[in-house]
Amino acid sequence: MTFALETAEHPEKLKRVVIEPVSRVEGHGKVTLLLDENNRVHQARFHIVEFRGFEKFIQGRPYWEVPVMVQRLCGICPVSHHLAASKALDMIVGATLTPTAEKLRRLMHYGQILQSHALHFFHLASPDLLFGFGSDVATRNIVGVAAAFPEIAKKGVLLRKYGQEIIRMTAGKRVHGTGAIPGGVNKNLSLAERDTLLADIEQMIAWSRDAVELIKKVYSDRPDFHNGFGYYRSSFMSLVRGDGALDLYHGGLRARDEHGQTIFDHVDYSHYWDYIHEEVRPWSYMKFPFIRSRGREEGWYRVGPLARVNNCDFIPTPLAEAERIAFKEFGGGSATQATLAYHWTRMIEMLHAAESIRELLHDGDLQGDDLVSKGERQLRGVGVIEAPRGTLIHHYRIDENEQIVRANLIVSTTHNNHAMNEAVRQVALQYLDGKVLTEGLLNHIEVAIRAFDPCLSCATHALGKMPLEVELLDAEGAVIDQIAKNTSGQFCI
Amino acid sequence: MSNTITIDGQTIPFQEGQTIMDAALAAGVYIPHLCHNPEFTPHGSCKLCTVTVNGRNVASCTMPAVEGQQIANNTDELNAKRRALTQMLFVEGNHFCPFCEKSGNCNLQAVAYHLDMMSPHYNHFYPAREVDASHPDILLDRNRCILCELCVRASRDVDGKEVFGLSGRGIDCKLVVNSSSGDLVDTDLAATDKAASVCPTGAIIVKRHGFSVPIGQRIFDHKDISQVQLEAAQKERGHE
Ligand code: SF4
Ligand code: FES
Repeated sequence: MTFALETAEHPEKLKRVVIEPVSRVEGHGKVTLLLDENNRVHQARFHIVEFRGFEKFIQGRPYWEVPVMVQRLCGICPVSHHLAASKALDMIVGATLTPTAEKLRRLMHYGQILQSHALHFFHLASPDLLFGFGSDVATRNIVGVAAAFPEIAKKGVLLRKYGQEIIRMTAGKRVHGTGAIPGGVNKNLSLAERDTLLADIEQMIAWSRDAVELIKKVYSDRPDFHNGFGYYRSSFMSLVRGDGALDLYHGGLRARDEHGQTIFDHVDYSHYWDYIHEEVRPWSYMKFPFIRSRGREEGWYRVGPLARVNNCDFIPTPLAEAERIAFKEFGGGSATQATLAYHWTRMIEMLHAAESIRELLHDGDLQGDDLVSKGERQLRGVGVIEAPRGTLIHHYRIDENEQIVRANLIVSTTHNNHAMNEAVRQVALQYLDGKVLTEGLLNHIEVAIRAFDPCLSCATHALGKMPLEVELLDAEGAVIDQIAKNTSGQFCI
Repeated sequence: MSNTITIDGQTIPFQEGQTIMDAALAAGVYIPHLCHNPEFTPHGSCKLCTVTVNGRNVASCTMPAVEGQQIANNTDELNAKRRALTQMLFVEGNHFCPFCEKSGNCNLQAVAYHLDMMSPHYNHFYPAREVDASHPDILLDRNRCILCELCVRASRDVDGKEVFGLSGRGIDCKLVVNSSSGDLVDTDLAATDKAASVCPTGAIIVKRHGFSVPIGQRIFDHKDISQVQLEAAQKERGHE
């Protein structure tokens, strides 16, 4: 099967452009473009090298170690892995969580959403959005934002810090804690901890509202540009609550096609493989999941904030719900498929997380003592959670000695693999095709990738600091000309 | 005879039959140790408790206290040696503190903190070690075994069972269990046995407890191992 620009017919004579960020343990990614002499784009690909050794490494380990161990998978959202694994193990120990345990886990999760969304929006995306995608690379970063818009930068830092404090209180540490255990949690929230969080929650909600206003304003100042940037239509997949509400911690799987028609709904995720398959393509290490009933060609989809806000019937907290409605109504629904609308919906979710935290802090169950439950042991467990970047699936099988025999993880970045490639291809066609490449133009590609917030170092290093090279190859594939951008962002031809 | 020894200039009384370690613990003087546990016959294998007596290095857990001994214990030189020994223990096995359930309750980790060990320093061996999860209630993870033989002593001397033993020499030395299959499930070990709870690392653990104790409430979260072990020794004496 072929997608336009996925594979060039005659790659031999084309120039190869590589955008290659620094690698990290959780995997690394790069973009390659093939251009002809007239700079027409013939091929555009986003490659991700996933860290898959983990599924092997974990074999033979006792199941109760897993929720702590899996946090090492990702330096950016360890809590999501911690919770998805814990949910899978709830199934293995046959537990139905006590209200206290479930609410504490939710609190931890909303703290994670808050800190991750704040980091992503303020630190990674705001420089592009506030200064322009092709603006001066020297100031297009968080330091530049702090200088030009100190108030905005400050809110970003403090929102993130608040989320991290919630994680510390519920998991014991800001990173790599131990709060969730199979069947429940290992501690509750003390009254002192609750009061510390309550003291600042109104401020966090107010700042989250400001953040929604900010992205709304930036977006609607140039609606056509923002709507059209890397535009394409796709299906969406996410968890939804039984009544159709947005639920980031638990629910059934819902998928809707590019016209909003339901593909499946309220699917019990413990049988996800009946609905989703993973395809291997020769040019990428990362698999390409697709919705089975739609087939390989049509079955790809998007996950993450845009998918969730589009898919849910409503958001169960009032301020975020009002923002969801405003988003849906914007331009008669013009933004609901837009790549850059990820940022908008991300901020709506951050507001929802802040509101949900307030609700939970007023719930006495957080001080309960009934922390763990268990039932009849199972040999298989699946845990699914809506991580900041999208649906995260953890699947384990144990033997009768309680050792892991098999693990399968589908992370949000994998779900979005095809979608991110699609965005890269669209942007390459829209902005790069036929042009002499500059750093500013290449940054447009990075902007499209960053909209998804992939679990990669490129998300954190892509602040105009990606080392990058453009090569002109002859028919034999030998380099006959090249230009490069060094790590300090200078683009020298 | 006055029965006193001197440790780092401090005069300490001892009773006939006591080792230097015994006398030190009784007097509230901490000497780092791993294979020693006052409840069991000394073994003298880890050498962490090495002190200098009248110019000679000896294991304080096996060396009898003798009138007039001049002992150096808490010196930079000895602590550097102890640190190196601890680092070797870390690289010889597979000790992954960040996701080990014993973290915060582990003597090996705690002694490493006490000795200001910042990194393993030596190259990791990454040995292939067997995990025995066959027992319904107890997990034996040889990756974390430091061959201290506390489980061997506990099973033999307290439980009267002889479930554990060491086999092989040098780098091939490993903990074996007393059953024809070689599996823990076929021994008569029970979760309530002393041997099931004595391991100073996470090599023998009762199953399914995992991370149920939150960070902040673990043994070494707020106390250094010297304080914990001196308090334990004091409590032990109170019971006598
Ligand atoms: S299993 Fe534990 S107690 Fe037994 S020898 Fe190994 S480290 Fe010592
Ligand atoms: S404690 Fe004395 S040799 Fe191990």
